[in-house]
Amino acid sequence: MKPEFRASDYAAAFSPGLTNPDLAAPEDAAVVHGRSVAARYNVYRNNVTVSLIDALAAIYPAVQRITGVDFFRAMARFHVRATPPSSPLLFEYGRGFPSFIETYEYARDMPWLADTARIERAWLDAYHAADAAPLAAEAFANIDPGALAQVRFVAHPAARIVRSRYPAVAIFVMNRADGPVAPLRSSDAEDALVTRPGDEVTVSRLPQGGAAFLGALIAGAPLGAAAETAFEESGAFDLPVNLAAMISAGVFAAIQP
Amino acid sequence: MNTFNRSATAHAWARPGPATPGTSGLVGTSFKHEHLAAILEDGLQDGFFEVHAENYMGAGGAPHRALSAIRERYPISLHGVCMSIGGPDKLDHEHLVRFRELVARCEPALVSEHLAWSSHGGAFFNDLLPLPYTRTTLDKVCDHIDQVQEAIGRPMLLENPATYLAFASSTMSETGFIRAVAQRTGCGLLLDVNNVFVSAVNHGYSAHGYLADFPFEYVGEIHLAGHSEQHDDEQAPLLIDSHDRPVADAVWALYRDVIAQAGQVPTLIEWDSRLPAWPELRAQALAARRILAAHAVEQTPESEAAHREHAGHEA
Repeated sequence: MKPEFRASDYAAAFSPGLTNPDLAAPEDAAVVHGRSVAARYNVYRNNVTVSLIDALAAIYPAVQRITGVDFFRAMARFHVRATPPSSPLLFEYGRGFPSFIETYEYARDMPWLADTARIERAWLDAYHAADAAPLAAEAFANIDPGALAQVRFVAHPAARIVRSRYPAVAIFVMNRADGPVAPLRSSDAEDALVTRPGDEVTVSRLPQGGAAFLGALIAGAPLGAAAETAFEESGAFDLPVNLAAMISAGVFAAIQP
Repeated sequence: MNTFNRSATAHAWARPGPATPGTSGLVGTSFKHEHLAAILEDGLQDGFFEVHAENYMGAGGAPHRALSAIRERYPISLHGVCMSIGGPDKLDHEHLVRFRELVARCEPALVSEHLAWSSHGGAFFNDLLPLPYTRTTLDKVCDHIDQVQEAIGRPMLLENPATYLAFASSTMSETGFIRAVAQRTGCGLLLDVNNVFVSAVNHGYSAHGYLADFPFEYVGEIHLAGHSEQHDDEQAPLLIDSHDRPVADAVWALYRDVIAQAGQVPTLIEWDSRLPAWPELRAQALAARRILAAHAVEQTPESEAAHREHAGHEA
């Protein structure tokens, strides 16, 4: 007669090998005579690894298009085994993947790949963000011009900024679409603005000083101080252009009362 | 609240089973956003759709819109995939809260989860992993189902798993285990006929024998799905519960036998990867409807009007 296992033993014995191919199937695993325990355990191991790689491929399609499928899946396999998800919500998975890409030996000749991934991660966060109507231009009409510098905003739940030293926005846009990929001649730094002004997520390139400006506003700074921060970063910062872009992109949901 | 009180509450619930109001004889399919436009154009009259709960646990956006669009038109079955009811760990409280909120938001006709585990020690494995069937695991599974039913304020359906391995330490049959869970918690059962077939082939037992032991009186929903066929190292057949192709003939044959015994149980075609165009998935649901309709006539001759109605929808 076999002793009954303690309640926790089966999962503790079954789990480690799921993300470590060097480990054998758990000792308690059983198959009928003539079948292979190893082959059967490998079904689970394969399901776990492949489904999590698939999850990363779904979150990072532009990265996969840039690297090619084989390169991507090999890279993703390392990450999945080292960092399986902690949440059962797969759309939360892969937050550490951009940083992993930065350290991945075979991706070192693509230094802009991690920032492209960061834009893709921000895109998915914007996709699942809470619904809110973006702030309408008319809301500014009621503000006393003298008080404008003190106005603070409430960020739209979908709004994200991703800063890059590389032309990450152009690379993202080109590789998220189905069309042909043209040679990229720019090497400019590009900051991405990710928003959801209507039903769809949009990704646009911020003008100079725009990331500092919107970043300060999203963090709760008043309009005047945010504009100063932006001017400090770039003398080319254009306040009216940035205000118009901010409203049309739906970066904010409300003016703080 | 202690386990005893939860169990007492669970027992007070009416058994769901075939009598779940409004679901008798319905057929449906997995709901995929890729099919939404086609469904709105040419839907599934008197049908229902099943959604994976976790896909709608974000804060808002397009998934919420798609769920609203489908539930305005059809009854919904909310199918949880990662509650980890069969695991030894405590249920994830945050996940339980999200599940409760989703049930409140989408008011599903049916709510189900799996006899499996998917999280352990803080890692989520995104697969339905097997458990040994013992008195200890039975107590744990019943406690977890009590917690889920307490949270959502209604009974759930528990789905039988497709498995590739068993455990030497098991002391109960799967059907005996499932029957005991239903008796103790008041939950209903989701009988996945494809899982029965897949497990039977993989473990070398008779699917008919398994079904002969299955407590049909608790079944409130049936799943059908496609599986893929491999061979393991020993060249023994190895079936994978892949949900990526039409239902196999052998599974349709088992389904006919199940319906002959279990009655007009709402039946759902699962298809989760390598999605077909909507008309192909719809045709699978209509094939299930023909089988249900044929047995509706056999079992209750007075329901011929209902049969004619069904036949009309297929035309």
